[in-house]
Amino acid sequence: MKRLFVLLTIFIFTASRGGAAPSAPEELKDLYFGEALYYALQGEWFDAIARLDTELMLHHGLDEPERDTLHYHINQAEFDVGDFELAYRMHQRAGRAITAVIEGNVEEPVRNEAIFRLARIYFQKDQPLNAWYAVERISGTVPPEIRDDLDFLRAQILMANGRYAEAEDILRGLQDAKGLEGFTSYNLGIALIKDGKEPEGRRHLDSTGQIKSNDAITLAIRDKANLALGSKLLEEKNYEGAKQVLDRVRLSGPFSNRALLGSGWAHAFQGDFERALVPWSTLVTREVTDASVQEAMLAVPYAYGKLNVNSRAAVLYGSALEHFGRELDKLDESIRSIREGHFLRALVREELKQDADWVVKLRKLPQTPETYYLLDLMASHDFQESLKNYLDLEHLRTRLETWERDLDAFEGIIGQRRAYYQPLLPDIDRQFRRLDSHMRLRLEQRDRIGQRLKAMLVVPRPDYLATADERIISEQIALLEGTLMSGGTAVPGEIGDRINRMRGVLHWNIYTEYDRRFTETYKHLLDLNREVEQLKKQYTAFVRTRQAATQSYEGYDDVIRRQRLLIRKSRENVDELMARQGHMLETMAVNELTARRERLTEFQIKARFATAESYDRAVRDQSEERADK
Amino acid sequence: MNCWQKGIILWISVLVLSVSAYGEKISREQIKGLDEQVQEIKSDVMGIASELKQLEEKLLYPSSTQVAVFVSLVSGETFRLDSVEVRLDGKPVAQHLYTFKELEALQKGGVQRIYTGNVRSGEHDLEVFMIGKSGGGTDFEKSERFRVNKDIGPRIVEISLASQSIVLNER
Repeated sequence: MKRLFVLLTIFIFTASRGGAAPSAPEELKDLYFGEALYYALQGEWFDAIARLDTELMLHHGLDEPERDTLHYHINQAEFDVGDFELAYRMHQRAGRAITAVIEGNVEEPVRNEAIFRLARIYFQKDQPLNAWYAVERISGTVPPEIRDDLDFLRAQILMANGRYAEAEDILRGLQDAKGLEGFTSYNLGIALIKDGKEPEGRRHLDSTGQIKSNDAITLAIRDKANLALGSKLLEEKNYEGAKQVLDRVRLSGPFSNRALLGSGWAHAFQGDFERALVPWSTLVTREVTDASVQEAMLAVPYAYGKLNVNSRAAVLYGSALEHFGRELDKLDESIRSIREGHFLRALVREELKQDADWVVKLRKLPQTPETYYLLDLMASHDFQESLKNYLDLEHLRTRLETWERDLDAFEGIIGQRRAYYQPLLPDIDRQFRRLDSHMRLRLEQRDRIGQRLKAMLVVPRPDYLATADERIISEQIALLEGTLMSGGTAVPGEIGDRINRMRGVLHWNIYTEYDRRFTETYKHLLDLNREVEQLKKQYTAFVRTRQAATQSYEGYDDVIRRQRLLIRKSRENVDELMARQGHMLETMAVNELTARRERLTEFQIKARFATAESYDRAVRDQSEERADK
Repeated sequence: MNCWQKGIILWISVLVLSVSAYGEKISREQIKGLDEQVQEIKSDVMGIASELKQLEEKLLYPSSTQVAVFVSLVSGETFRLDSVEVRLDGKPVAQHLYTFKELEALQKGGVQRIYTGNVRSGEHDLEVFMIGKSGGGTDFEKSERFRVNKDIGPRIVEISLASQSIVLNER
């Protein structure tokens, strides 16, 4: 598993340095943006994109987006969504998001960083020419943190476009760049060799092969450089040189098996079979599914044969034959298992996703293929991309399935709300309308009193502030006076005086108490206003609650119907794509296993002949020995 | 020796990682074409996710009653957060046990929405209870009580955790 990890990392690194991990702003103003980051920082790209996308959509839909808290992080958010999409292998969308940043009104460093990211997308998607057109647009200030990465990308793009000399210049300037140790010198070596400057290129590969580091990835690129250089020297029959370079490869690294095999051959071609046996004997004790180990199983008896230890050679050829037979059965079983669909079923098993050693675990499951045979294939870019797509599709499938159930639950909730509210609402509405008309009447009265008091500040009207008793008494006096004068006669003097006195008292009270009454009335009005405000709040709360009651079950039908249709359509698409992607994975795996099978069959034939030959020789040796005795 | 010279050519060919040309061939174009279609379906599903999220919020957590509680770590804090429990008006409404990945995401500045629910307008009692391990490896528990006022709009509450304190940040 470690080997697969290192192979993958090297592949990614040599192809292009991956996107930087998301980072949170120093002062986070928008919690929803922080939530998207929370998912992104865990590699939960789907959730991170879905959340950030929604936030960006809401932000851009605002009348005054500058008042939204996301405004403080808008540049980073636009960038991040592109990065997240890139990490989720949505290169088309990521490209569009980053292009939007480039074309927006942004500062030079921001624009340059966006172009860098766009160029990286093109490069990763095997479009080196577009990648070059993109990096050519970079001008002015480049953020310091991406300067080396940009130069490294530039060099890689130039190499991919066959412009090795220009790439060399850039890579020479990056030899001390932090975080790129080994990768720059390895690439420089390759660029020089491709440019026809073989000796200089080899010198760089050689120096890469001697880098001192504790970093696993740097050590792996060091091994890779040694293996590449060693193979070249071996091809050129420079066996001594090849041996020295291949012996630098670590015994525990991802390239150690190939290096051990090559080192053995370097000795063997010099006729030194005893020494060739040292690396090969180490190699044959390793995982039998490895191609180099299988070859070493033939190479070891071959060396013994050359050393005239024919009986040992015959035994070892026999043992190799047994191993090959077993491995061929395993391969046949694996191919059958893949064709029966067990491989794909195993790939999506939930428990495997939780385990970093999932490839190793996969081979332990019943009816799954021997994954050790697929390690190299699994480390290849095409298989990795296809596998990730397949797993993503499976993830989408389960989500869509869950959402369909969610919609059922939503409809259930809506149905319950409708059943509860609908019968209640007509009566509530009736009562509310009655209360509403009362309230309006009182409010009108309150307004009238308010206006009257305001007018009385300018033109005092004590009569307006007469008490109810005073008004009754005043009316009674007027009535009495009217009765007395009904016959057309004048009011008798004494009674008239008494009436006038009473009127005078009333008048006196009303006028002398006017100021106090006015103040009190004003205070009462203020108290009333407070009550009215409270009433209005309750009124608004009721209206809101009433609206919420309706809104809790109305207006969802169309949305849910539409969502259901979209989900159904997407599920159909996902199912179809899964089938196609799955078939592609199966084909890749079967092709790989078939290739290994054919190679093993070839080995088996060779081993059979060699076994027979070795036995013959051993028998001849024994006969000669006996004859000598 | 000749057959073994062939062997070495075979060995060198093993160095090259490539999709073998056996049986049905898979072309780069096929891989690319399918990849583009996968990208399209991802985009479609992302669109559904976004709309469903809004539908869910509107249906289950209308803004007039919505309350959302977010959890963040104070910048630079290195203590190990094991779990957080949130109680609203005395009732436990959210409990979370943190995985290493989640804790790392919080330490790097991510913010976790630990609870979304509905409450009436007015004052509410919010209690946060956390369990963790200090930098020195000692187990600790801490709890804090806050008063939260819910108005007409959605109420967003950020709880900022440190080994020494639990702080409510007004938003």
